[in-house]
Amino acid sequence: MMVSQAVLQKYEMVVGLEVHVELKTKTKIFCRCPTEFGAEPNTQCCPICLGMPGTLPVLNRQVVNFAVKAGLATNCEIALTTKQYRKHYFYPDLPKAYQISQYDLPLCEHGYLDIETEKGAKRIGITRIHIEEDAGKLVHVEGKGTMIDLNRGGMPLIEIVSEPDIHSAEEAKAYLQKLRAVIMYIGVSDCKMNQGSFRCDVNISVRQKGEKGLGVRSEIKNINSFQFVVKAIEYEFVRHVEAIEAGEKLIQETRRFDQSSGKTFSMRSKENATDYCYSPDPDLPVIEISDEMRNTLKAEIPALPDQRKQRYMEEYGLTAYAAEQLTIQREIADYFEKAAAQTSYPTLVANMILSDVARLLPPDETDIPIDPAHFAAIAQMSGDGRINSGTCRKLVQALWENDTDPESLVREKGLEQISDTDVLTAFANEVISEQQKSVADYRAGKAAAFQVLVGQVMKKTSGRGNPVKIKEILADLLK
Amino acid sequence: MSEQIVKMTVGELSDRLATRDVSAVEAATAYLDKISELDGDIGAYITVTAERALEQAAKVDKLRTEGEKLSPLAGIPAGIKDNICTKGIRTTCASRMLENFIPPYNAFVIERLEERNVVMLGKLNMDEFAMGSTNETSYYKPVRNPRDLTRVPGGSSGGGAAAVAAGEAAFALGSDTGGSIRQPAAFCGIVGMKPTYGAVSRNGAVALASSLDQIGPLTKNVLDSALVLEAIIGYDENDATSLDYDWPSFTQRLEQGAKGLRIALPKEYFGEGAAAEIKEAVKAAASKYERLGATVEEVSLPNMRYALPAYYVISSAEASSNLARFDGVKYGFRAEGCNDIDEIYKATRSEGFGREVKRRIMLGSFVLSAGYYDAYYKKALQVRTLICEDFNRVFERFDVILAPVAPTTAYKLGENSGNPLEMYMGNIYTVPINIAGLPSLSIPCGTDSQGLPIGMQLIGKPFAEPLLYQAAYAFEQSSGKGDA
Repeated sequence: MMVSQAVLQKYEMVVGLEVHVELKTKTKIFCRCPTEFGAEPNTQCCPICLGMPGTLPVLNRQVVNFAVKAGLATNCEIALTTKQYRKHYFYPDLPKAYQISQYDLPLCEHGYLDIETEKGAKRIGITRIHIEEDAGKLVHVEGKGTMIDLNRGGMPLIEIVSEPDIHSAEEAKAYLQKLRAVIMYIGVSDCKMNQGSFRCDVNISVRQKGEKGLGVRSEIKNINSFQFVVKAIEYEFVRHVEAIEAGEKLIQETRRFDQSSGKTFSMRSKENATDYCYSPDPDLPVIEISDEMRNTLKAEIPALPDQRKQRYMEEYGLTAYAAEQLTIQREIADYFEKAAAQTSYPTLVANMILSDVARLLPPDETDIPIDPAHFAAIAQMSGDGRINSGTCRKLVQALWENDTDPESLVREKGLEQISDTDVLTAFANEVISEQQKSVADYRAGKAAAFQVLVGQVMKKTSGRGNPVKIKEILADLLK
Repeated sequence: MSEQIVKMTVGELSDRLATRDVSAVEAATAYLDKISELDGDIGAYITVTAERALEQAAKVDKLRTEGEKLSPLAGIPAGIKDNICTKGIRTTCASRMLENFIPPYNAFVIERLEERNVVMLGKLNMDEFAMGSTNETSYYKPVRNPRDLTRVPGGSSGGGAAAVAAGEAAFALGSDTGGSIRQPAAFCGIVGMKPTYGAVSRNGAVALASSLDQIGPLTKNVLDSALVLEAIIGYDENDATSLDYDWPSFTQRLEQGAKGLRIALPKEYFGEGAAAEIKEAVKAAASKYERLGATVEEVSLPNMRYALPAYYVISSAEASSNLARFDGVKYGFRAEGCNDIDEIYKATRSEGFGREVKRRIMLGSFVLSAGYYDAYYKKALQVRTLICEDFNRVFERFDVILAPVAPTTAYKLGENSGNPLEMYMGNIYTVPINIAGLPSLSIPCGTDSQGLPIGMQLIGKPFAEPLLYQAAYAFEQSSGKGDA
């Protein structure tokens, strides 16, 4: 990259996110086709979702219910009446050549989500949430050309548009994680990014810090992982800064993120953008949301991540950041609560989940293959000082591969922590005589040398030594 | 016998079928023979389904022999406008675009007719995608008026009106977006009904303008219209604009007369635009109603003059959207020799649609485009509200509005086809009714000096169908026109 860190520091990014969430209704939004993922191409279609002549859409009311829930869970105002519009463009994956969406009267508006980054708490505004139908999918088959799979056509979506309140890739990620958490808590979507049921478009512009106006915006379409959102934002920020610094003119355009190179590429500029000719859909009457309906849906919303987070902070004394991280996936939070209830060291359980488990879990997965009782037992032994932290981590790893009672495992393999002063002093003396150079370095004031010596003593205990004790003994002996 | 059968009304034929005086196969054969004899000149059919018709008829005869209780429409031979989808039978909308389109589903109204064992003779010619009022925009052939083969039958349901008038169908189903049932009925001297918006399901009718389209019957007389509408009316959960309403019988109260009926004559319908003979004929009908015990009073619908432009803005906007799906990708016509998808779109739509269709698509896209939406489309929707209010005001004091259907009688073929505006003007009396979603029944009320039929329409408030039939029947009976 051409620009220095110091130059980058002069600028800030302004980011708004548009997220498409596929709702897990049983049937599609305007017909009765099933919504299961992964069926053979074009087996979950009917004349209606194929947009054949004379067919008419009839709104699946469950879509409205789910969208209202999403709105309520993100602190939105819910419209009393709302309309559906046709958004026109020609593309082979769009059978009617228009997408039924919403326009000037969205179902939900003026909401927000509170996020937590390592820098602290922040509120991100939500402009609107509207309902719409998904398009089909073009599949490029080598040697055969482009094929159309319309199974996805007519799947129910909500589009959630944030305010441009986001100023770093980290905030963008925290917002997306929080949004996904809320949506999953209320159970209206699986939010599986790898299956496209949670997709993100990034709107980004760059300006000098302290400026009020907005720079030229680019939109990066359809990014399918949090990690790629972060990369795309970081890449785009630098690209904009470079252009501004070089005095080049940026253009408003749509770009795509290339996963292999980590770069973004121009797709089309705004100058030749399509006019979608939005018009009210005459096949679909106005949607009304009664107070009664809103209240019923509100009552169905479970405790949301923020409520759990608050409780974890109060009950278990977790930090805001740790509590946020634990609660952004409902299954993980459920697991935490089960394990925490079976030990006197819930904070340890939290730390083990956020470090050891987080390392072992593949992205987007939430299934921890360890009995919560076993997990709690590890925390208990660790908290009681019967095993050290290294053993604790190794046990999590071992049970991940083969879940068993950790107590018996510790007993059988003799993994208990060695805290006996005499045993540790003997090992320490051996190390001091073997590691003359490190001893000299330490005495010359090199703090790092002390860690080497501690490591060597630990090695002699086969990783079972009590690290606190080892440090005390070594410090004493080297006085 | 064959000549007699095709002259019978649905009511008469139904009776003869019920007493097994005439068999369904005989009836179907009579109509198919008539089609063979006349349709080369008239051009009412795009597709004749003779074999299927005879099979259906044979089935009806078998059921009747077995003593099955059948609907009054069982065995009645009918024609269906070619924008109403018929499972397994091509449905072209009189367009090159759908020349080979065979729907895998039936329209709601077809299901209703099949349940009642109506015999389908074939698919009727029309203006392409129902855009036009002369039937000259059909890709296949124009339709000629059976009353005078040098003249148009009106449109867009011109095939249906001509078929019924010529004895090529006992009744027909048409669609009416801005007058497409009533105007051809008037031009051909038959009865045409445009029901309340939402009364008949649009499911399976290829849309022209979704907020205006309604399917309705074209018949020889008022009773037939009531019989057919009773069969196809009613709620359909697959059409979100369908009305969930408990409709009373239309046939039962037909004979209650016109006494006490409060009839309004809107002065805007009797201005300079209308031919003198037409104004006279409708006024004469008003006088007849007075003699039958009705009261007649002149009223004003001040916003009528905005109806035609508002109609063409709204209907073209919706049409351009509804017809966007004909892109050559999934079904229907696809242009040859294209190199990429954009070329396929452009060439397919340039070659697949006719001039009038393309004109309306362009007009519709224009009024919906950013920067023009408010000035045209939004304005037209505001006009729509004003027009509804005009009608509501009149219906506070009146039961029925009586007015001409069209400003002229049937014109010569080619007379207006080069002048779209002139053609659009021909709809000036029918479009306000679609804009307001009202029911309107077009019935004959005489002929002009050239012997061409004149039509008048009885317009009611939503759900007033029974009253319209009652009023029309009273007039028809007094004119001695009820018998064929």
